[in-house]
Amino acid sequence: MSDLSDFSSNKPADSELQDFLLAEKQKAQFQAQIHEFNDFCWDKCVDKPGAKLDSRTETCISNCVERFIDVSLLITNRFAQMLEKGGGMH
Amino acid sequence: MDSLATGSLSGAQKEELMDQVKQQIAIANAQELLTKMSEKCFKKCINKPGISLDNSEQKCIAMCMDRYMDAWNLVSRTYSSRIQRERSNM
Repeated sequence: MSDLSDFSSNKPADSELQDFLLAEKQKAQFQAQIHEFNDFCWDKCVDKPGAKLDSRTETCISNCVERFIDVSLLITNRFAQMLEKGGGMH
Repeated sequence: MDSLATGSLSGAQKEELMDQVKQQIAIANAQELLTKMSEKCFKKCINKPGISLDNSEQKCIAMCMDRYMDAWNLVSRTYSSRIQRERSNM
């Protein structure tokens, strides 16, 4: 899945097919991300699996996802600033 | 594969290809879920592996699977609403 543009490198692109593949790729990436979040938020938040997810666990899981995204955004932004200043990476 | 290279798939061929792509992605997703579930629920439910899965272990596994799915769906909802929020902020 690394380079969809290869499909159309020297032939006229089938744009319907390309749009479709792009959308499917995004869906697959979305699902892969959920697997990853669920993997470690499960470890962080679920103690003994009971008859249902109690509300505390539910809150923990959604906070876990939100805070993980916050951290990735924070790190991405800060990293970009570091690169802009030309510091940090020599 | 000739028709793919020339970019002239018939409508029916294209439809078939799209169906196959969808199916493959769904299978990959299910496999990932299955792998993660087995790993997580084994960890939660089997403390000391005995000569067979006893009744309580089987019950625990069944419950754990259901809760893992609950958690997965919750993560999915949280993640997609976050994506929507981020988009509207852009």
